[in-house]
Amino acid sequence: MPTVFVSTELANLIEPILLRHRARPDRLVQILREVQEVADFISDETAAWLAERLRISYAQVKSTRDFYAFFYRENRGRYRILFSDNITDRMAGNQALFEHMLKRLRLEPGKVSDDGLVSVDYTSCTGMCDQGPAILVNNRTITRMTPRRVDEICDLVRGKVPLSQWPAEFFVVEDNIHRADMLLGTPHEPGKAVHAAIARGRDGMLGEMKLSNLRGRGGAGFTTAVKWDACRNANGDTRYIVCNADEGEPGTFKDRVLLQSYAGRVFEGMAIAAYVVGASQGFLYLRGEYLYLLPQLEAYLAGMRSAGLLGRSIGGVAGFDFDIEIHLGAGAYVCGEETALIESLEGKAGRPRVRPPFPVTSGYMGQPTVVNNVETLSKVTEIAIHGGAWYEAIGTKQSTGTKILSVSGDCERPGLYEYAFGVRIAQVLEDCGAQEAIAVQISGASGVCLSEREFGRRIAFEDVPTAGSFMIFGKQRDMFEVARNFSHFFAHESCGFCTPCRVGTSLLKNIMDKIADGRGTQYEMNELLRLQQVLKPGSHCGLGQTAGNAVADTVQKFRPAYERRLAETDFVPAFDLDAALARARELTGRDDAAAHLGEEA
Amino acid sequence: MSDISSANSFSIDGQRIAFTPGQTILEAALAAGVYIPHLCHHPELTPHGSCKLCTVVVNGRNGSACTQKAMPGIEVENNSPALNDRRRVLLQMLFVEGNHFCPGCEKSGNCQLQALAYDLEMLTPHFRHAFPARPVDTTHPDVWLDLNRCVMCELCVRASRDLDGKSVFMLAGRGAESRIVVNSPSGLLGDSELSIDDRAAHVCPVGAILPKRVGYAVPIGQRQFDAAPISRQVDYLARRHIPIVPVTEELVK
Repeated sequence: MPTVFVSTELANLIEPILLRHRARPDRLVQILREVQEVADFISDETAAWLAERLRISYAQVKSTRDFYAFFYRENRGRYRILFSDNITDRMAGNQALFEHMLKRLRLEPGKVSDDGLVSVDYTSCTGMCDQGPAILVNNRTITRMTPRRVDEICDLVRGKVPLSQWPAEFFVVEDNIHRADMLLGTPHEPGKAVHAAIARGRDGMLGEMKLSNLRGRGGAGFTTAVKWDACRNANGDTRYIVCNADEGEPGTFKDRVLLQSYAGRVFEGMAIAAYVVGASQGFLYLRGEYLYLLPQLEAYLAGMRSAGLLGRSIGGVAGFDFDIEIHLGAGAYVCGEETALIESLEGKAGRPRVRPPFPVTSGYMGQPTVVNNVETLSKVTEIAIHGGAWYEAIGTKQSTGTKILSVSGDCERPGLYEYAFGVRIAQVLEDCGAQEAIAVQISGASGVCLSEREFGRRIAFEDVPTAGSFMIFGKQRDMFEVARNFSHFFAHESCGFCTPCRVGTSLLKNIMDKIADGRGTQYEMNELLRLQQVLKPGSHCGLGQTAGNAVADTVQKFRPAYERRLAETDFVPAFDLDAALARARELTGRDDAAAHLGEEA
Repeated sequence: MSDISSANSFSIDGQRIAFTPGQTILEAALAAGVYIPHLCHHPELTPHGSCKLCTVVVNGRNGSACTQKAMPGIEVENNSPALNDRRRVLLQMLFVEGNHFCPGCEKSGNCQLQALAYDLEMLTPHFRHAFPARPVDTTHPDVWLDLNRCVMCELCVRASRDLDGKSVFMLAGRGAESRIVVNSPSGLLGDSELSIDDRAAHVCPVGAILPKRVGYAVPIGQRQFDAAPISRQVDYLARRHIPIVPVTEELVK
C-alpha cells in the first residue's frame, strides 16, 4: 500500500516516465529531469512518491534532487529563465540585460513572480561564449541576447505563449568554425571509420592507437590507448564506453559543435572503442545545457542503428554488439570529473569517488569503463582510417594530432579554431583578430592565465595544456573582475564532499568580494595565497585543486588590478555597520541621511 | 626491528612501519603507534577521505592516508610543519563553517574536532564565521540532532547504512549548502527509524548527534581527550569501537 500520494493529474504525467525508465533507481537523474519537465518542479511530496515507486529512500531522492542546480524543490515558474554568467557573457553585457528583464517583469533575482509564472536567475557558463550573452529558458538555449530580445521574451512570457511557439530564430545556435583542419575540415563518410577499425582487428586497432599516441582532450591528457588497454584487460562481466559531453568548463564549446555537426565521428569513435575493449553498452553524458541537441542526436543514433553501425553484429562481426544511450546532466560542473559523471549516470549526486580504483577497472556499476572526451573519440576515427603512424606525424612529439580551440572574448571572430598541436598563442590571437589582448585564460576557469609576455608559448601538453577554452581579454578589461567571476563559479560548483573545497572556495569568493567592496588590504592579498596553498594540494578532485589558480595567476601577473582596490590601512573588517542597519531602515520606513552612518570624519 | 622486511614495510617521517597487505597508510600507522591526525575515519567503517586532515605526502604526492593503501617502500611525510599548518587551516575552515561553541557543548572533552584543534594548537578560528542558520532537531525521544556542529564527515551516514542497515542519514545539497538529511517523511529524526541502540546514534565525532538525558554524566576534566592530547592516544584511536550503549549510561545508573 502506498503511503504517499500525489494528485492524479501529476501521477498521470509521471507514470509514463517511470515506465520508460522501468522504475530503475539508477535512472533517478534522468527521471527527475523528465519529471521536472512535466511538473515544473519536484516538491517534497513528489520526491517522497518517487522514492516509494523506485523503492529507494526518500533521503536518497532528496540527496540527488538537491545536488543539481537545474532541479527545483519549489515552484520556480512555468518559465524558468537563467542568464549564463560566464565572464564572456558579462563582457557582452549580460548584467544590464538581466536587470532589464527583472525590471520589465517586476521580479527579484531568483524569486518566482507572485502569480507563479516566471523566475529569472543566473547560471554557470552555458557554452555559448562565441554567441553570447546567452540564456536558458526551461533549459532551452537562446543566444545573442539584446535589449530588444529581452523585451520580446518578456511579452511572450506575459502572454503565456508556450515555448514551442516562440520564434525559431531565438534558438539558432551557430557553429562558427573559422579554422578547420583534419577533424573539422574533412568530410565524414558514415561507417568508413568503423569498417576500417574492423579491418584492422581488435589488436590491430589498439596497436594503431598506441602508435598514434592520442592523448585525452578533456584536459588531463592521459594516453587513450593505455586507458583502453587497461579496461580491456580488467576483470569484469560487462564493459562500458562513456563519452564525456559534460562540457562545463567556462569558455569551452567545441564539444557542442562536434555533437551538433560531427556527431557521426563521436559515435563511431565510441563504437570503435567498444570494439577494441569488448564493450556492449555506451553512454553519452550530455550536459543539461545542451538539451536542444537531444532530438537530433537521438535521430542520428536511430540512423546508425538502421545502417548497421549500432546494434548486433556490427559490420557483420559476430559478437560486436554495441549500442549507445544518452543521459543528460542537470547543471553540475563537477560531473565533468569522470567518477562524478559515473555517479550521476548511476542516478546519484555527482560527488567524485575515491581513486583508485579507477573507472577502467571499476567504473559504471563497478564494471570496467572507459570515459573519453567527445573530441578524443572523434579523433579515434582518424586513426582508424589513416593509421597511427600517419596520425603521430602531426603536431608535436608529445602532443600528436590537432586540437580544437574554443575562442571567445575580445576578438573579431570568436568561434572554433583547429590547429596542429604546437601553435603559438600569438598565432591564434592573430587569426581571430585580437589585436589588443592583455591576457588569455587558457583551459577555462580551472586553467592558466597568460599575460602578454607569454603569448609566444605553445598549445601542447608539454607547454600550455588545454581542454580547449581560449578566452581573450583586451586592454579595457579588469583582470580582477575576471578572477572574481571564476571564484564565484567555483564556490557555486563545489560538490561539498571535502573540507578544503567546500569551505575554501566560499572563503576565496568572500575575500574577492571584500576586495571588490574596497575593504581589502594587504592582509587579504596574503589570505588569497594562503587559501590557495590549502586548496591546491589538499582537495579531493581537480575542481578544488584548480579553484584558486585564476586568483593566484592574476595576483601574480595583474597585481595592480588588485592593489588599486586595496585600503591603505593594515586591516578593515568585512562587517559593514551601515549595511547591517538596512533591516532597521526597512522596518521603520526611513532612508534619510540621519538613518545612515555618515563617512567617518 | 629485524622482523620488518622491506617487502612489508614503508616509512613515515623516516620511521619504518610494518603493514599487512590491504591496510591503508592510516591503519598501518595507527597499528604501529604512529599518529596521523584524522576526523572522518573510524576503524569500524569504510574509508571515506573527505575531511582531508590525514593528507600526507606519499613519494612526493599528496594523498589521504585513510584511503591510500600502504605499499612496500613508499616514503610518507606526515608530521611536518607544512602539513600541520595545512591541517590547522582545515580545522579553522571546519570551525567557521558551522556554529561551534565548545563551552556550551556536551561533547566538550570527548569531541574529536576540539581535541584536534587543541593538539594542532589552533589558537583562533582565523577566518570570518559563516554563522549559518541550522535548526536543531529534538523530535527523537532519545537522540538529538544539532547540525550546527556537523562537520559532514558522513560517519553517521556510513554507520547507519553499513552497520545498522537503515540509511537514516544522507548527505544532500551541494557545496556550502551541503547538509545531512534524515530519511523520514517529515525529514525529522523523530519520524525516522533511528533507535538509541543504533551505532549511527553514537558514532558522531563531534556534538551533532548526542544521546539525550546523559548530559555531563562524566564531568569536564575527566573525559577522553582531557586525559591526554589526542596525538598521544593512538592506541585508543586504532582500537576504538562505536559504543552501542553510550559510555556515560552506566554512570547515570
